[in-house]
Amino acid sequence: MTGLSLPPAHAHGWRAHPRALLAAGAVSWFGLYRLLAPASEGLVGLLPVDRASHLGTSLQFFLFDAPKVLLLLSGIVFAMGIVNSYFTPERTRALLAGRREGIANVLAASLGVVTPFCSCSAVPLFLGFVQAGVPLGVTFSFLIAAPMVNEIALTLLFGLFGWRIALLYLSLGLGVAIVAGWVLGRMRLERHLEAWVRDMPRGDASFDAPRVSFVDRMAAGGLAVREIVGRVWPYVIVGIAVGALIHGFVPQDYLAGVMGKEAWWSVPVAVLIGVPLYSNAAGVIPVVQALLAKGAALGTVLAFMMSVIALSLPEIVILRKVLTPRLIVAFVGVVSAGILLVGYVFNAVL
Amino acid sequence: MKKVQVLGAGCANCKRTAALIQQVADARGVPIALEKVEDYQQIASFGVMRTPGVVIDGTVVHAGGVPAREEIEGWFPQ
Repeated sequence: MTGLSLPPAHAHGWRAHPRALLAAGAVSWFGLYRLLAPASEGLVGLLPVDRASHLGTSLQFFLFDAPKVLLLLSGIVFAMGIVNSYFTPERTRALLAGRREGIANVLAASLGVVTPFCSCSAVPLFLGFVQAGVPLGVTFSFLIAAPMVNEIALTLLFGLFGWRIALLYLSLGLGVAIVAGWVLGRMRLERHLEAWVRDMPRGDASFDAPRVSFVDRMAAGGLAVREIVGRVWPYVIVGIAVGALIHGFVPQDYLAGVMGKEAWWSVPVAVLIGVPLYSNAAGVIPVVQALLAKGAALGTVLAFMMSVIALSLPEIVILRKVLTPRLIVAFVGVVSAGILLVGYVFNAVL
Repeated sequence: MKKVQVLGAGCANCKRTAALIQQVADARGVPIALEKVEDYQQIASFGVMRTPGVVIDGTVVHAGGVPAREEIEGWFPQ
């Protein structure tokens, strides 16, 4: 079973020179990236607005950050599309089947980052894991990490906050997924799966990796850019526009009282607001950046972001088909607790 | 008549896949009976973990993402 078609017998067009194309693409990508700062300043200079005014600040922020984030996103989604082609869910399942909890939770969370995942496939994937005998807690580690720590979130964090915060988010996201999955595994919740899920026939997880050429992997990268960037770009634009407005018009430290470190209740409130909200990383991060710039505490903001991306009402409705209400409550409760902890630890340490 | 089943719980890509398959089959004059399988239990019984999946006469031929037109044409030789 494979989703990839065989390469054509006679390569033509770009397929004949994949490496040359890759090199040319990389060079023009870096050239464009270097051009962004002077181009956005130049553009604002041409407009009849004062660069130092509220509107000028907002405009420059938008004209620089929107193309920058879209460019970063395209580059990284392309690279991740190639990486993803090595980690199909079938291979991930074979790697996890029959392993003991503990190390397997770490492995599952890490594989969640590199395995392509779409929330509409969450249930078939969950069932596939259960059928192959992957422990429930390990399956949860994967299901928590896959949407929360992904290339879109990491790219945006890197582009707007720098590599330190991107790395921090990566390790904390993995930490929450590993620990929450492990705790859920300890709770012995197998009997709270829906009855038909429990009674499914068990299958084995062995699989034969189809041979895939590098040209086809590059094509998969191109397809990922078309699909993912094509889907999230409006969120990025709107998110950065909102961020730009806050950036230019909301006074510095305006939010420090409400979302600052001193407000102990801000972390749980941020999580409470974030859990039912449904957005992807692309929509939420630019807003988060603006909040941060105006005095909100980093832990509070990260907790908000994690709860928006990791948990959502639509996802809970989908998972309800295979999990009983008790298991849903345990799942949401444990993940929220993990996120709360991250928020408090961050606010305390930084 | 080929029996074609599209596996997927009604996501946008599943609908697109079903429409594309019908279109290609019609264009090639191949009669098909197209069925959408939206029940998770049934989807799991095919061992498919990525949707949309495509099953032709009981055999899984595709899983994950909308298949390319050339791939679909390969399923319906004229």
